[in-house]
Amino acid sequence: MITTSGLTKVYRARGREVTALDGVDLHVREGEVYGVIGQSGAGKSSLIRCVNLLERPTAGTVTVAGQDLTALAGRGPRAGKELRQARSRIGMVFQHFNLLSSRTVQDNVELPLEILGKSGQERSRKALELLDLVGLADKAKSYPAQLSGGQKQRVGIARALAGDPKVLLSDEATSALDPETTRSILALLRDLNRQLGLTVLLITHEMDVVKSVCDSAALMENGRIVESGTVSELLATPGSELASALFPLGGEASGEDRTVVDVTFQGESATQPVISQLSRTYNIDISILGAAIDTVGGLQVGRMRIELPGRYEDNVVPIGFLREKGLQIDLLGHDSEPVKEGAK
Amino acid sequence: MTWSEMQPLLEQACWDTLYMVGWSTLIAVAGGLPLGILLVLTDRGGLLQNLAANKVIGQVVNIARSLPFIILMVALMGFTRSITGTTIGVEAAIVPLAVGAIPFFARLVETAVREVDHGLVEAVQAMGGSTWTIVRKVLVPESLPSLISSITTTIVALIGYSAMAGTVGAGGLGDIAIRYGYQRFETQLMWITVAILAVVISVIQFAGDYAARSLHRRGAHSGPAPKLRLLKAAS
Repeated sequence: MITTSGLTKVYRARGREVTALDGVDLHVREGEVYGVIGQSGAGKSSLIRCVNLLERPTAGTVTVAGQDLTALAGRGPRAGKELRQARSRIGMVFQHFNLLSSRTVQDNVELPLEILGKSGQERSRKALELLDLVGLADKAKSYPAQLSGGQKQRVGIARALAGDPKVLLSDEATSALDPETTRSILALLRDLNRQLGLTVLLITHEMDVVKSVCDSAALMENGRIVESGTVSELLATPGSELASALFPLGGEASGEDRTVVDVTFQGESATQPVISQLSRTYNIDISILGAAIDTVGGLQVGRMRIELPGRYEDNVVPIGFLREKGLQIDLLGHDSEPVKEGAK
Repeated sequence: MTWSEMQPLLEQACWDTLYMVGWSTLIAVAGGLPLGILLVLTDRGGLLQNLAANKVIGQVVNIARSLPFIILMVALMGFTRSITGTTIGVEAAIVPLAVGAIPFFARLVETAVREVDHGLVEAVQAMGGSTWTIVRKVLVPESLPSLISSITTTIVALIGYSAMAGTVGAGGLGDIAIRYGYQRFETQLMWITVAILAVVISVIQFAGDYAARSLHRRGAHSGPAPKLRLLKAAS
């Protein structure tokens, strides 16, 4: 749905060059919620602003819904008619909401429809429908200044949906909100994604956001995407920074002669009660040192750190059992390479 | 001078002043509003960035602003005559008043429009709005309270200028104060004109402040305080 290839953005200011994006290849599938996470300055803001060409990329292409936007951009800094039409089919929500203070909530939602040249009747019907969808039907005549942050962002979302977009860009939409409100806004985005089949590209610096709504995620550092994939793919990648950040594990071995194993659940294997099976089959006591399990897309995914009695040599068979179940196993404190299938 | 002698004089002078100030305000707004918006749009990082045009407009505005009004009035006599056919009278005074007020108002508009949060401009760009849409639906309505204050300031300044125009035969309250109050020692008449001017200016200032405040009250801003963003921040 959204594809960028070789996207590069270089800012020039007072003779200095800053590379904000350095050859970013991003692929967002239709109907998924895709999160780009990174620290401030990583280039994620430039990335999302390049997707609808609010920022002109220095090089590379952006394709949204099969349309090459970079080809529509033309040369000058002004957006031509075709680019403006393409933009009207991409919704965008902002960290600071960016609502017009001089307009009522309803009039704010109607603004994109005015730009599309819809009639007054159609505009107000659509606006009220959208306000109902985001749960603000009773605030239509209020001004943004009279709303709370969460309510403002709901108006921002309703406004972004006014042009019936297939794609929604979310530029740190929850970063100015408290945790409670953040959850409710994320739940709303998730609902819209499911109900309307909306593809959502969001950028954030909060791992919780990715964890709670995203099907896929990418980690950005210094203008590059260093890791990307669906949450299960990331989990399946040994040494994935995103996976360990999404599913952080703690806990140290409780003594000598113990084997500490990180078990990663993803896909089919996650549906079986493997730990109790392991315990029963081999008659061993298993301590759980830490666990981070979540339900993502209806499947249980996550990681668990367990401790088995005895050294690694004593536990080759139980570990083999776990591997057979299709789980990914990482041995801790074993400085040798992560032990391969059926080794030793 | 008795009151019955003064009354028609004052009445006529009031109308003349209102006429001069009213028309020149209208022309100043019509000319200064687009000029002020252009100053913002053509500036670095603006939607119509054109630094050469920005420099030229800025210089013209600065030069016009730096001329004392009385000199502008004399310098423009030829121009005034070509438009109104005369350099004397109320109509003739409107020309230099308007020409003087356009750059004055344009600078005030520029300041007001710059205060509009750049995020709002971006939001409308992201919706597919054109530059013209942004001007009509964002820049002007969002800066309306400040624009109204700017109009108030311009009217008050124009009342001051119009008194000067009065000295070269334009009529109005300034003319009365000079010709009768100063030259004929009609102190009473002079004080009455001073009082009228004070009342008129207070009323205008009050009305302007009230209008600006009532517009502002419903709005405040969405999100945090609008930032003055002249340059696009990197990333």
